[in-house]
Amino acid sequence: MSEHHYQSVREMADALRSGQTTSAALTEEHLARIEALEPQVDAYLAVTADGAREQAAAADAALGAGKGGPLTGIPVQIKDNMATRGVATTCGSRMLEGFVPPYDATVVARLREAGAVMLGKGNMDEFAMGSSTETSAFKPTHNPWDLERVPGGSSGGPAAAVAAGLAPYALGSDTGGSIRQPASCCGIVGLKPTYGLISRYGLVAFGSSLDQIGPMTRTVEDAALVLNAIAGHDPHDSTSLPRPAPDYTAGLKDGVKGMRIGVVAEYFGEGIAPAVADATRAAIERFAALGAEIVEGVSLPTSLTALAAYYIIAPSEASANLARYDGVKYGYSAQDVTDMVGAMAATRDRGLGPEVKRRIMMGTYALSAGYYDAYYKKAQQVRTLIRREFEAAFGRVDLLVTPTAPTPAFRIGEVADPVVMHANDICTVPVNIAGIPAISVPCGFVDGLPVGLQLMGPHLSEATLLRAAHAYEQSAGWFERHPAL
Amino acid sequence: MSDASTNPTSLTTEEVRRVAVLARLGLSDEEVERLRVEMAGLLGEVSALQAVDTSGVEATGHAVEGVHTVMREDVPVPPLPVADVLANAPRREGDYIRVQAVMEG
Repeated sequence: MSEHHYQSVREMADALRSGQTTSAALTEEHLARIEALEPQVDAYLAVTADGAREQAAAADAALGAGKGGPLTGIPVQIKDNMATRGVATTCGSRMLEGFVPPYDATVVARLREAGAVMLGKGNMDEFAMGSSTETSAFKPTHNPWDLERVPGGSSGGPAAAVAAGLAPYALGSDTGGSIRQPASCCGIVGLKPTYGLISRYGLVAFGSSLDQIGPMTRTVEDAALVLNAIAGHDPHDSTSLPRPAPDYTAGLKDGVKGMRIGVVAEYFGEGIAPAVADATRAAIERFAALGAEIVEGVSLPTSLTALAAYYIIAPSEASANLARYDGVKYGYSAQDVTDMVGAMAATRDRGLGPEVKRRIMMGTYALSAGYYDAYYKKAQQVRTLIRREFEAAFGRVDLLVTPTAPTPAFRIGEVADPVVMHANDICTVPVNIAGIPAISVPCGFVDGLPVGLQLMGPHLSEATLLRAAHAYEQSAGWFERHPAL
Repeated sequence: MSDASTNPTSLTTEEVRRVAVLARLGLSDEEVERLRVEMAGLLGEVSALQAVDTSGVEATGHAVEGVHTVMREDVPVPPLPVADVLANAPRREGDYIRVQAVMEG
């Protein structure tokens, strides 16, 4: 059998166009690999084999007629918090078990138009709340590099699937690091775009001022190809930016010569594993060797309070967004309780897991009378200061670099204290708070486990981020390594 | 990094129960006690905010400048089919969703 499962999307697209393979064959290869490896990895909540075969046949017909684009006929996994018409969308929660959306999320519709073949839905932390995929109500996902370890989260299913060759690419979502941290833990590329660049219509809402959808891929070029397909204004999402999206593959190979990359002093010391800091440092030297100008000692002191602001803003918005799960319109419903308010309380008690309840409780507390100014408003003011701090830094440099996560993937069950779990997001959360884009790209291994570096840029600097990440990736070559499964 | 159980921030059982009522969460006694300890720890975590001087600073809503309240053209578009929307309802009666009694008769 031909082996395409670790090829990039670009290579698969070329193979389809040259007639070396067909979408049907690519799809069967992935379905067979899923059947063989999924019992170990648990990256999928649902595998949609029949739909995938139909989409593959349609893609082959289009390709045969000389139609289609770079994603036509290429399989994909979708994180299970994006609505897929006719395919159950659970968000990793018992609350939405069996819920079948009557419409497609805009990103899903755009991938369908691009000729994508959906293999299935990716496992995730319940309602995207977590950094390990352990809060999924259905099962934990295992890191393909060490099955005893977490894949990161909340997009742990997508990250593990892409790393294990169970999908060529995936769509994830990122509220505080949920694309980038699992990408780092699984040794793949994860891009969190500028707030508003990609429509969230059909994304199950978590923290509405923070949520963004983005690509999870094995190469930076693939991230650009996927971004091309999903970026751009959508009238269905009033927060989406009314601007045309450029071609993110143009200029991708122009290199980093003369680019100014700032090293954020705060993210290389306390709280960051020394081996992770060392791997990031080595990558910074490579950027210098490639011609980038490295600006040491950029300081973002206020960004260190981003985690505190995040753990007010995200739960507050979640408590409002998740108020819709009342057992009335759809989802789990406690039918045995006969009064309305009691039925809602029982529905939510039984349908939601402990992490989600804790965040709803924290958010409700922060928004309740007498606390709003001290918590939510204060956090939104701190957010303004963090945004300004980034803006000032981007007046001096083009991009900023930090590690993506403070440690490699930890063991399943190892982290119980929520405050310790939250510390995983220390490098990624400031990006969502400021609404800026960032990319995680693999920068080496610590004790056999992949780690990533994070590049951050000003609003709408995706093309620059991709260019820098591509230059580093091609020079360092980490993307050529794959887990032994 | 402090452990939740040793954090000085105090939160009473009554406060936790009050918030649970607001959040429409039916919680067991064990859940209330666990949340009391965990929420106290988390309030300790977010107390770092209080040290930041925010006097005169505006709050950020949309993190990217230039997007404010968006109005669309008042043009009707076809809605989702009623049958599709109601397909997920736990209890139906015709084209209606059936709910529990709101007020006792």
